[in-house]
Amino acid sequence: MAQVLNAALRDALREDPAVHIMGEDVGTLGGVFRITDGLAAEFGSDRCADTPLAEAGILGTAVGMAMNGLRPVVEMQFDSFAYPAFEQLVSHVARMRNRTKGRIQLPITIRIPYGGGIGAVEHHSDSSEGYYMHTPGLHVVCPATHADAYGLLRASIASDDPVIFLEPKRLYWSKAQWSPQSIPEVDPIGTAAVRRHGTSATLITYGPSLQVCMEAADEAIKEGWQLEVLDLRSLVPFDDETVSAAVRRTGRAVVVHESAGFAGPGAEIAARITERCFHHLEAPILRVAGLDIPYPPPMLESHHLPSVDRILDAVARLQWEPGTSDGESC
Amino acid sequence: MTTTVEKVDVTVSTPVQPPQIDPAALLPEREPFQVLGTARAGGIDDELLRTLYWDVVRGRRYNLQATALAKQGRLAVYPSTTGQEACEVAAARALSPQDWLFPTYRDTLAAIVRGVDPVEALAVMRGDWHHGYDPYAHRVAPLTTPLATQLPHAVGLARAARLKGEDTVALAMVGDGGTSEGDFYEAVNFAAVLQAPVVFLVQNNRFAISVPLAKQSAALALADKAVGFGLPGRLVDGNDVVAVHQVLAEAVERARHGGGPTLVEAMTYRIDPHTNSDDDSRYRDPSEVERWRGHDPVLVLERSLRDMGVLDDADVEGAARSADDFAADLRERHDHQPSPDPMTLFSHVFANKTPQLSEQEAMVRAELQAQAEEDSQL
Ligand SMILES: Cc1ncc(C[n+]2csc(CCOP(=O)(O)OP(=O)(O)O)c2C)c(N)n1
Repeated sequence: MAQVLNAALRDALREDPAVHIMGEDVGTLGGVFRITDGLAAEFGSDRCADTPLAEAGILGTAVGMAMNGLRPVVEMQFDSFAYPAFEQLVSHVARMRNRTKGRIQLPITIRIPYGGGIGAVEHHSDSSEGYYMHTPGLHVVCPATHADAYGLLRASIASDDPVIFLEPKRLYWSKAQWSPQSIPEVDPIGTAAVRRHGTSATLITYGPSLQVCMEAADEAIKEGWQLEVLDLRSLVPFDDETVSAAVRRTGRAVVVHESAGFAGPGAEIAARITERCFHHLEAPILRVAGLDIPYPPPMLESHHLPSVDRILDAVARLQWEPGTSDGESC
Repeated sequence: MTTTVEKVDVTVSTPVQPPQIDPAALLPEREPFQVLGTARAGGIDDELLRTLYWDVVRGRRYNLQATALAKQGRLAVYPSTTGQEACEVAAARALSPQDWLFPTYRDTLAAIVRGVDPVEALAVMRGDWHHGYDPYAHRVAPLTTPLATQLPHAVGLARAARLKGEDTVALAMVGDGGTSEGDFYEAVNFAAVLQAPVVFLVQNNRFAISVPLAKQSAALALADKAVGFGLPGRLVDGNDVVAVHQVLAEAVERARHGGGPTLVEAMTYRIDPHTNSDDDSRYRDPSEVERWRGHDPVLVLERSLRDMGVLDDADVEGAARSADDFAADLRERHDHQPSPDPMTLFSHVFANKTPQLSEQEAMVRAELQAQAEEDSQL
């Protein structure tokens, strides 16, 4: 996926002179994950700029640049190193349009390598989407496929609103079937995609957990379950229509994500579905999420992340018929 | 025309006096302070020189060993301090037992010289837990990864010590890149305003991952920043362990006796890549690294101490042998660390576990049992 993101940034820089990239080590080094590889060489160190090491400074400067007509794309080096910029994000980026009654808009894309599963030491694996989702004024997207990595990043840069662009680190090294000829249509932000059709239950997920859900769906066939898999792609805006339709088809749903379950994205998603689909539900909506602990050390992360087994357990708990005692386990 | 002004009785609380210091007195000397190879080297206690020598030799060996473990995949990552041993050693040796050290992720060597078990210091790099050692046992704060965020902690700890009447000093370490973070400025400012007994040690190793100092700061020297906050800055040759030790020891004693904080910049160089997974050929010229090898802190010290007659062949061999033993012991014990128990995931989130966490604990315990049964049937 790294090379796809690189291509999206390159194309954006080529097409629009207002696009400017900045961040720590994004220039000469090409970013610690090489997402900006070669961009400083091609477009100059003004358009792909190494900054001093200060996240609040990076994002705050991007605000001013955006106020003056540029489209900044900033890279936060790792998920938990975005926190120094939280003040700028919450107090300014998210509410500038609102505060100024629409006079100032901030077309800023904030790229954040996101999530765990890569065996990194502490502070390199957080799932921080909950903080961003809870802040009105921010778009939050998270691609799970190569096509979406390209399409969503282009759409984010083109968006006149600030976008938190979460890049699943686990997928950086996934090999892309990629050629410039195969560049897909740019999907609008805010649409979910059904990745697999099924009838027994709907798995609702995004980003790094999509792969796990697809594996679970393969396994589930052995149990006689046909699982539907829905990839949200965008958490804000949220695609209520596609999600509700999918849940109505199966009557059962499991939300899967790796950020902590308590007060996490799954809670919001389950509540929305309940509000819209209550009469179509055959069982309560379950969540398979990260544990409610600070991100664990790498040698223990497999116990934290949603697994195929945990997903299948949840699906099993949903397969009761009303009136049977099995239902009590829900 | 006369105006009558009513007299109001204004009781002014004790006015806060701005420090009456000449800013020039706060500025560091333009040339980094050196001891080795200068007249200042005379008159230093031989015992101290020998201790520092043994420390840097062992420190180098430690860096080589840990780097090897990382290359073999037995450490998840290791940020080496090869080339920076003088700063690491001096930081630890400038402190008294009642003092505190606040290291970054790179400063495991300083922690070890301070008495922390190297196997425990490497726990986070091994990936079995976030933090291995007891911070209170040797008064070494947890290694900190988010840059500069430990600096305000050092100020707070030092302030608390003063409020409690203790004569504890906190020495806080940060890299050149870390000095760009807001937390650095806030910490230095707090320390100056509160006159907290803190010493800030900036290890200027010229790079923040790939970003060279010139793109990090436009200041002539990072130590020059001190003057704007009203505290003294000192510039020291970071590859001269005796000089770093002397400057830090002075600053520590000044802080201990109510003289307030100091900002020390040690000019050094990172010989190895940022970590074992960094490719430094992308951003720097190998010839620059070679040049700095000529100013290697271990060699510089050995050469000087031989010249001074403090060290002979037998001492050098003895130090090398002891460093080898140290490395062998580290390797051996590192390899025999037990795997972490997954149930510890739930042990330290709260002082009192929430009911939700207890449920999750039960779930993982059941999973482990099921797994164990499955394994035993194989
Ligand atoms: C707040 C924050 N932002 C980014 C990072 C990622 N990061 C880790 S080390 C590093 C470079 C640090 O350079 P410097 O402070 O000079 O210390 P050195 O590594 O040279 O010892 C960066 C950018 C981080 N750890 N914390």
